[in-house]
Amino acid sequence: MTSASREPTEVWITGIGLATSLGEGLDTHWDALNRRRVNVDENGFAPCIVHPWAAINLDAQIPKKGDQRQMEAWQRIGTYAAGLALEAAGVKGNNEILSRMDMIVAAGGGERDLAVDSNILNMEAKGNSAPGFLNERLMSDLRPTLFLAQLSNLLAGNIAIVHGVSGSSRTFMGEESAGVDAARIALARIAAGQSDIALIGGSQNGERKDLLVLYEFGGLNLKDKFAPVWARGEQGGFALGSGGAFLVIESKAHAEARGAKPYARLVNVVADMARRKHPGEVTATLEKLWSKLGKIDSKAAIITGATGVEPVTSEERAFLNAHAEFPVRASGTMFGHTMEAQFPLGLALAALSLSRGALFPPDGSSAVEVEMPASPSQIVVIGTGHWRGEGMALVEAIK
Amino acid sequence: MTATRDKFGRPIVVITGMGVVTSLGAGKADNWKKLTAGESGIRTITRFPTEGLKTTMAGTVDFIPIEPFSSTDLSERLGELAGEEAIAQAGIGNKGDFPGPLFLAVAPVEVEWPQRQELGRAIGPETEVNYDAMLRVSGGGRYVDYHKRFLFGSVADHLAEAFGTKGSPISLSTACASGATAIQLGVEAIRRGEADVALCVATDGSVNPEALVRFSLLSALSTHNDRPEAAARPFSKNRDGFVMAEGAGALVLESFEAATARGAKILGIIAGCGELADSFHRTRSSPDGKPIIGCVRNALADAGLASDQIDYINAHGTGTPENDKMEYLGISTVFGERAKQIPVSSNKSMVGHTLSAAGAVEAVFSLLTLEHQRIPPTINYDIPDPAIPFDVVPNKARDARVTTVMSNSFGFGGQNASLVLTREPV
Repeated sequence: MTSASREPTEVWITGIGLATSLGEGLDTHWDALNRRRVNVDENGFAPCIVHPWAAINLDAQIPKKGDQRQMEAWQRIGTYAAGLALEAAGVKGNNEILSRMDMIVAAGGGERDLAVDSNILNMEAKGNSAPGFLNERLMSDLRPTLFLAQLSNLLAGNIAIVHGVSGSSRTFMGEESAGVDAARIALARIAAGQSDIALIGGSQNGERKDLLVLYEFGGLNLKDKFAPVWARGEQGGFALGSGGAFLVIESKAHAEARGAKPYARLVNVVADMARRKHPGEVTATLEKLWSKLGKIDSKAAIITGATGVEPVTSEERAFLNAHAEFPVRASGTMFGHTMEAQFPLGLALAALSLSRGALFPPDGSSAVEVEMPASPSQIVVIGTGHWRGEGMALVEAIK
Repeated sequence: MTATRDKFGRPIVVITGMGVVTSLGAGKADNWKKLTAGESGIRTITRFPTEGLKTTMAGTVDFIPIEPFSSTDLSERLGELAGEEAIAQAGIGNKGDFPGPLFLAVAPVEVEWPQRQELGRAIGPETEVNYDAMLRVSGGGRYVDYHKRFLFGSVADHLAEAFGTKGSPISLSTACASGATAIQLGVEAIRRGEADVALCVATDGSVNPEALVRFSLLSALSTHNDRPEAAARPFSKNRDGFVMAEGAGALVLESFEAATARGAKILGIIAGCGELADSFHRTRSSPDGKPIIGCVRNALADAGLASDQIDYINAHGTGTPENDKMEYLGISTVFGERAKQIPVSSNKSMVGHTLSAAGAVEAVFSLLTLEHQRIPPTINYDIPDPAIPFDVVPNKARDARVTTVMSNSFGFGGQNASLVLTREPV
């Protein structure tokens, strides 16, 4: 291994943007978390349960209607949240910074036109099976710009267009791991002096039947009745969440030079991928990542993006049980599972909590989450993928 | 002792293994032979009915059977073949035990029409088909394989297991610049000292009906269906769009220090990487060309080279009216009068546009150009566009002294990435 010739640069979180099923903005979220508010829709997608996006005036962050029309919901949510993060960091509209700001977005994509798909399948069921039938329908029925609303990298593209972030634009895919790796790579680049400031994050629209179908293939959707992540029984499952979570991270020197105030310090992000062929592999991998994070204080807490899917949630629980001295919160209970955005969401909640000097209350229904009377000095964020990928971050209060 | 760091004090990043698959064939030898012979891999599509499509040809990879077909399965197989060739050439690690991370450029994964139609059949003709009905038949474990297959991370997961790469594999998309971005991520990881070696793979098997329709609806594709081999016409006055194509490219990147320590043969150097996003429009470049100009300048600056040190440009050269015009604006702004003298050719005239794979496929071809000191041509160049006075190496390969190559990739969503590749450390 080649040794780095310089001290790693300290990295601060200076902007947080949250637009989720609990609303928008940090005060709204802090209030909702403290009231233990959960926003679920048990009927609209029955028997599946989803967390719907809270109605928001899009114009506030995406002023041009033309831009809004060019996006599907997942892109609008993400572009909106990205705008909030830039605003919180005090760089919104600052073209000098935005033009050299790096961006790594964790994205899914592929939002379908349900009516077009359904119509084609219905006509095929009625015997329209001539060669070329599908081609002709797609040519005439698909909106020309739908493709751009489906493309994974067009969330980043829209953020560049709407907000002017244009130093670089990288999109990571791969479900939960994409969110972990977006943070990991952005941090590594700043720490190594390859970048000064970056926008990272992701978004999901959980109110998508096409997405529910994909996860139904795996039997993963939470059904019939909402329950907190830790109380979903042997069957397990996740309720898809809707929301965008973005952060502005930058070197301490860069932040100080422009007089920006930090929410927290991003100390480390680590990731791995257990093969998950044998029981206990995820527990062991999380243990290994924990040991790589750095020194954990006695006044640390944990925010996990645990999905509720089994058996991986039980494997993570075994890891948490081995560290029972640290209070735990599962973001999936309040926000649902936002997939690529869940790890950035965890980072956002960690930075928010540290900046407010408190951890929000437990879910009140399981032995996993307990009160934390003390002010946390550190929060470990965990992101264990429902199928693959394990990640962890250490976020620290700045005194 | 030879210096192992570049002029900026960073570890020098070298290539020790390469693999490539395109519509021309599998492997470097076959591809290079056909590429320098000016052969086209573009043909009429036979994989599925093309009635009702505006474009009926593509650079499909038909010689690798995938049954039942899905674009994601083909992407995975192409990536695997290219990766195997690259790792075998590098002679690193053991089978299934590659000692570094994986960076994978891959097209966004999605459930495809054959699977959707399978759900339609499962619902049956008596019930109206809609997504509620599809949701009802999707569960119960009947289609559990579809879940794994159509996750965005599924191709990377498979390749990571097959090659035994280390850590969390990164799947990325920067549209048509993805291949270059995968290489850039590998370069950065080695420069940071995080890894001594990295596997960068870029793959795309996207030729399916909906993908063709999507690009057709954006008026991006050539419709010269009558003579498929002459459809891709980069830099020609009568160019009318790009030709979709499939393929994969793979590179084993290593620190110069690690490669020399194990006595590996060094195939070339990644001297610099540049990127810059365009915030102008979703599919069009900023009319002033500034993002492309900035991207090219960033790559030169990262390599510590001046434009007059570049001997050859492996162009993005898609053959769309817009791209080629903007690429000329970008190159001519940075290279000045030299833009008219420096050879600039487009591999896409022969292999088509391999989309997510293009950046890596063309990096492999750029390295082969350095190795063989021979520049592949831009074929189908019969009617020059006077607005683009490049020396496009028209129609016939050319022997030339080439020590430094720039390879450009630009994509929808304002994605721009450029690589600078050299034979020797600079």
